[in-house]
This record gives sequence, C-alpha cells and structure tokens, in this order.
Amino acid sequence: MRLGRVAAPPEVPAEAVEPARGIELAGVSHAYGDRVVLDGVDLRLTEHRIGVVGANGSGKSTFARLLNGLVVPSAGRVLVDGLDTRTAVRAVRRRVGFVFQDPDAQIVHPTVAEDVAYGLENQGVPAAERAARVAEVLERYDLAGHADHPAHLLSGGQKQLLAIAGVLVMRPARIVFDEPTTLLDLVNARRVARVIADLPQSVVVVTHDLDLLDGFDRVLVMDAGRVVEDGPAAQALSAYRTLMADR
Amino acid sequence: MTLALYVPRSSPVHRTPAGLKLLALTGLGVLLFTLPRLVVVTAALAGVLVVGLLVARLPVRLLARQARAVAVWLVALFVIHALVTDVLTGAITVLRLLTLVLAAAVVTATTRVTAMVAVVEWICAPLRLVGVRPARIGLVLAMALRFIPLVAERADRIREAQAARGGRVRGVRGLTTTVVPLLVQVLQMAHTVSEALDARGADDVPPPRRRRGPALEAS
Repeated sequence: MRLGRVAAPPEVPAEAVEPARGIELAGVSHAYGDRVVLDGVDLRLTEHRIGVVGANGSGKSTFARLLNGLVVPSAGRVLVDGLDTRTAVRAVRRRVGFVFQDPDAQIVHPTVAEDVAYGLENQGVPAAERAARVAEVLERYDLAGHADHPAHLLSGGQKQLLAIAGVLVMRPARIVFDEPTTLLDLVNARRVARVIADLPQSVVVVTHDLDLLDGFDRVLVMDAGRVVEDGPAAQALSAYRTLMADR
Repeated sequence: MTLALYVPRSSPVHRTPAGLKLLALTGLGVLLFTLPRLVVVTAALAGVLVVGLLVARLPVRLLARQARAVAVWLVALFVIHALVTDVLTGAITVLRLLTLVLAAAVVTATTRVTAMVAVVEWICAPLRLVGVRPARIGLVLAMALRFIPLVAERADRIREAQAARGGRVRGVRGLTTTVVPLLVQVLQMAHTVSEALDARGADDVPPPRRRRGPALEAS
C-alpha cells in the first residue's frame, strides 16, 4: 500500500507541496467571540509522532482543528507542507486526515464499507480502485466481516477503528487525532494506541491519556491558549504533571 | 427499527439493479391500487413472500418484524372497514398495505444504501439545470438513514438518565424534558458532523458522473 504521499489536487501545483517543511504555525491566535483560546503560538512540527496535552479549555482541540483547516486562525498563519490552510484548504485536507473524539459524529454512512468509501468518492477515485482500497483497510482493522453491517450496531472500539479506517483509506500524509481513546475501554484504548504507533504517517495526537504518548518524539503542553512546555515525551509529561499538581 | 436493513446475500434479488427493484415496487403499488381484488392482493402477498424468503433467502424474522411494526394499524384499518364498509374491503385494504410494507422491506434488505442513493441521484440529475447538486441530495438521504438510529439511541439515553434520577419519562412533561436536551445534543453533533464532512473532503468537486445510469447497474 502506498502511504504517506498523496497527489496534490489540481488547484495546487505539485511544486507548492513541500513535505520537508512540516507544519508551521506563525503568530497564531484564535478567539471565539471575546474568548481567546489560542494566543501567539509559534511552532514548527516536523517530528513523526507529536502529542498535545493540556487541561480542559486549554486550546488543544482548536489547535488540532487548525492543522487541517477546520478552524482558520483569527491571526497568524498555519502552513502544512508549505500550503496555507487559509488559501489551499482542500489541498491541506487531502494531506491531513482528522480523527474525531466521537466516532459517531464522524461516521456519515449507514453501513461500514459505504462509510469507508465516502472520502474516496469525494476524491473521485474510480469504483474498482475504491472497492479494493476499502477492502484492504477493512481487512487490516478486522472490520472485513462487518463490511455490510449497520455502523450504529458496532461496538465503541469498532466504531473508532472504522473512523480511523475512513481516514486512512484516503492515504493522507499526516493524521491528527483529537482525543481518540477518551470514549474507549482499556482494551480498545490499547488497540487504538497500537494502531497509532504502527502508522507510517506523521501523527499529531491530542489526548488526556498520557500512556498513549509513551515514546512520542515530541509533546506540547498547552495551558490557557499557550504552549508552556515543548520537548521529548518524558520531559514534557513530567512538566505537565507538575503543572496539574499545582492546581 | 426499519432502517439499515441490508442483509448481505448472494441471490438474484440482491444482484438485480436497484432502479429495477424500485420500479417493480412502484409498479406493484400501482397494480394493487388499480386492481383491488382479494385474489390479486393475496397472490401479490404470496409472491412477495416467495421472492423475499425463498429467492432472496431473507430471514423470516426480518419480515415478521416489519409486519409486527404495522400490526396495530392493520387491525385498526380492518376494524374500521368492517364497521364502515365491509369485511372484504377491509381484508383487501389490509393485505394490500401488508404486501407493500413487506415488498419495501425486501427491496431495502436486498439493496445497498449507496445503490439506492445512486438511483435517487440519477433521478435528481435534471435538477443540475437549476443549480442543485444531486450528490448532495444523495448524501442527505444516506445521512438520514445513518443518523436516525443514532438520534433515537441518544433519546433513549436521555430518558434513561432522567429515569435514573427519578424524572418522569412519559406524558407531555416527559416529552419536553427529553426533547430539549436531545435538541441540544443533536445541534452539537451536527456541528461536529459538519466538521467531519469537511475533513473528509465533502467540499471536493467530484469528477463527472459515469454515463450509465445506476438503474442499469447491479446493487
């Protein structure tokens, strides 16, 4: 399976895509009305596995949504592989998959295989290739036996795997996970953790599950809309525990 | 719940194009209303059962569930006809309705949602002339089928949570205390779903559709 690369859509010339640049946030601030949720964030993310932790309301989810253009910053710029999320949002979304906390909100078709195929239909992938890619990804996540089953009858863990499958089948270069294990039991949380650990794509994982970030290349600690710690997992998580212990 | 009924099988009925099945269903409806005779509706019911149970090999319980769902209405219709018109008319009316409900169940159980949606998109294709995107209509249908059970599940959860705290879950008051939080949840979910649609490329312009209509393709 070809992973990690996806052709730039026609509206963006191929030379505009510069994977080596990673994700860049320059002077990024964002507010919902008067409430500032991100305040002057400057970052360059090039590592393979990046975690983001922080208390509720610290700006983590907004940060995640900035990375594939679901949220456009009130100030500053977000560039993904050189593409501005403000001006090339479709190309950015093709490069950056997004897995939501609640898979029920992400699954839009009634049956499993149909839902996985949805993103490919949007990309105009021919039917034969679509069927092959859907079958492959369902097989990989033990969902092949459920291909024609109603999505609402799957277990919580299976729904999250389906949500991940629906993103992976589109072969994004990067994937953002917004609290992917929050609604899962321990067994399914571990399973999703293994899936994330095995992904060849660059991943950004926003989570409260600190075990999930074990061995990550880089972890950002967010507090009140700012990045207050940035470093290897062990160092950043230690700082986060100290920060939370003081409250 | 009558949604998402598809039962995967390898049968001639499953392989029949979705458009043809929908056309047959429409034709059956026209036939039953233009020929209101006991022998016709009985034969049609028998035919639907043969196609559903023997040819499509659908489980008996699936069709029984559909019949049970309308049983109260069937009995009520029969009683009203027996009182107002006559028993024969009541029997024809009830058998006709039952036949159509079961025929619709057979079509739904043997046709993938995507195939059904493709037919709707095909039928809606002329609307492109007035700026409507048929693919959007198809997506709306598919999402309705997907989210109705989910919303029903959320409503059940709200009722359970209220019952667990001693709340009244029946009557007008029970209804209002369920509807308001459900509405809030549905609106929140709608926001996330719209984000998910964006993230999965819903705004990407699809390439021109194939020339053959979905009505000609197997479901």
